[in-house]
Amino acid sequence: MILIVSKREALPGRGVLVVYLGALALALGLCAGMLLLAGKPALGGLAVLFQGAFGQAHSLLDALLKAIPIFLCSLGVALCFRMQIWNIGAEGQFALGAVGATWAALSFGGLPGALLLPLMFLSAMALGALWGLIPAVLRLRLGVNEIISSLMLNYVGILVLEYLVFGIWKDPASFGFPMTSEFPAGAQIGRMGASLGTGLLGKLHWGLLACPLAGLAYSVFLGRTRLGFELAACGEGERVARYARLPYGFLVLLVMGLGGALSGLAGCIETSATLGRLQPTVMVGYGYTAIVVAWLARLKPWPIAFTAFLLAALRVGVEAMQLELQIPAAFGQIMEGAILLCVLAGQFFLTYSVRLRRPAPSEAPS
Amino acid sequence: MKQLSRTFGALTLTLALGLALALTGCEKAADKAADKPAAPAAQGPRTGELKVGFVYTSPVGDAGYSWAHDQGRIAVSKMEGVKTSFVEAVKEGADSERVIENMARGGYDLVFTTSFGFMDPTMKVAKDFPKVKFMHCSGFKAGENVSNYFGRIYQARYLTGMVAGSMTKSNIIGYVAAFPIPEVIRGINAFTLGVRSLNPKAQVRVVWTKTWFDPALEKDAAISLLDVGADVIAQHQDSAGPQEAAQQRGKYSIGYNSNMASFAPKAHLTSAVWNWAPLYEAIVKEVREGTWTGNRAIWWGMDKGIVDIAPFGPMVPKALQDKVLAQKALFVKGEDKVFVGPIKDQGGQVKIAAGVKAEDKDLLGMTWFVEGVVGSVQ
Repeated sequence: MILIVSKREALPGRGVLVVYLGALALALGLCAGMLLLAGKPALGGLAVLFQGAFGQAHSLLDALLKAIPIFLCSLGVALCFRMQIWNIGAEGQFALGAVGATWAALSFGGLPGALLLPLMFLSAMALGALWGLIPAVLRLRLGVNEIISSLMLNYVGILVLEYLVFGIWKDPASFGFPMTSEFPAGAQIGRMGASLGTGLLGKLHWGLLACPLAGLAYSVFLGRTRLGFELAACGEGERVARYARLPYGFLVLLVMGLGGALSGLAGCIETSATLGRLQPTVMVGYGYTAIVVAWLARLKPWPIAFTAFLLAALRVGVEAMQLELQIPAAFGQIMEGAILLCVLAGQFFLTYSVRLRRPAPSEAPS
Repeated sequence: MKQLSRTFGALTLTLALGLALALTGCEKAADKAADKPAAPAAQGPRTGELKVGFVYTSPVGDAGYSWAHDQGRIAVSKMEGVKTSFVEAVKEGADSERVIENMARGGYDLVFTTSFGFMDPTMKVAKDFPKVKFMHCSGFKAGENVSNYFGRIYQARYLTGMVAGSMTKSNIIGYVAAFPIPEVIRGINAFTLGVRSLNPKAQVRVVWTKTWFDPALEKDAAISLLDVGADVIAQHQDSAGPQEAAQQRGKYSIGYNSNMASFAPKAHLTSAVWNWAPLYEAIVKEVREGTWTGNRAIWWGMDKGIVDIAPFGPMVPKALQDKVLAQKALFVKGEDKVFVGPIKDQGGQVKIAAGVKAEDKDLLGMTWFVEGVVGSVQ
């Protein structure tokens, strides 16, 4: 018997869904098995997970809220990955975005929200973009690998944030604890529930609007503009791009700048809408999650949105599992890992077809 | 084509088999689960059972800060008519607000949030769930249905400082510190005052890791202190990294949170440890009896037994042990003179005048180091 692996001619249409769902089912099966090994009810455990993640309106909203920063950061890195520019720096760009927003909120606190919020968005995106541009310039001018430089700048970015919060921005009324004073009302992104006069939308905030806008801009830019097309062409390789006289250097600056701006935007929304002040705890690793999401979603906007939501829902659901069944927190990470591995392994079946073939009688050794 | 479909069939079969296996197991487990009553519906009528939730910032593990809190939870769960649960490794910030809110929504009567970073989220949720009672650890805010609590661990720090001050030969003691916040600074100050009560020549060198739990980084920080001549290492984090570093170099160490002797038996002199059970049991009893009130700041010390030191290592001489235990007896009696002046800051300026006892609010907002500490509060 021979195992034949051959590259597929074209991506199978419905097959994609089958492979993804199969991978997901396999991962959930594995997790159920692990629950059993841990002496917990496997089916019941998964039921609690789904109940916690999708069971009620508020849990869906919780997941949606948590997906916002992941989606925006993920869109930012996906833009760079499209061009084979490996921007690992979303975390640092997120931090700088939070710093930019806080600077505007603390400096111009007296302005009305209609002016102050756009100013915060602008300064957050500008600082995020700046943080993205540093590795881009280093790469173009000095040939520095952007994977290393963008990763290292994450630590620098977080340290900048901590320096400010532990130092000059520390709230004098905070008993020395690291936090800025609470933002004035005009600097806090409002809740939809309050504005729409309904409790149903409860905690959902207007920052959510940034997601469809950014997603739309991403799709239009890549699909409908010449620059977007050139960007995709540059993704085939730097030498090809330069040979075709495409503005390679400009595009590197553009994607890193835009990517940084998107992560910065995420930092601004997270700081303003969910914390209402800057604290070091705003950094929870969304910038790294974003990279995983971008890859799982194959850099496409709708799948990014879907994956970001699912991953957020999984994290929310695992908390319910912990509470109901006292499963260790690490189980959530194991689950995440199992799903990611299964889906990535499943992608193999999208590009290759695998067949078993018995040797024909004539070929059989005599 | 036929072969392909057969392969596909085989794949499906394996998958189905795997799932079926998992499912049969589940059914058994589900049966078991069905024996127990299902979780009560949100805000349903209370049947006399008190539900108490705990939120931890780090994994419980088998030692450290959250482990110590969890020992308190276990004590509470043994009380009659009390059901407890917890969520561990909850990130401070937006995540914690959701976890706390889900507890409130899930019918928990009393929620302990055990880390400073949970303060604002606790306050926010408390406003939306006025019937649920909240206890926040180590913060400074309170409300109608929120009280905060902490322990005077600095008393235990002072005692461990006495041990370190006597055991050092190089007169350099290393302190691997977590975050430059008052809780940690207060601990370093009390420790240093303890050190210098027996050895006025010793200095305490501080390195910040800005982590609560990062074994590798915290171990590295300890190594950097050992490199500059420290021969006793104290720490504020959850991990035993600094303990291991001290043992590898043949030096001494002082643990924190729980008894860390098992991680470095040759180095471990003693630890400053938490014992939350008496406080947690008292609070649950209050809630049960209806005497619980919000707007309180509960700050218990060694007199109530919620802080202590771990048993001494065999290398600590008997005479020193007696000295430390004599001081401990004073704390247990309620005599707390750790922060009684004259106490000078690093610049030699008197911050607490002679004979004056620092007020609790000054201790809660402490952002300066006492004389004898080498390092900055940034």
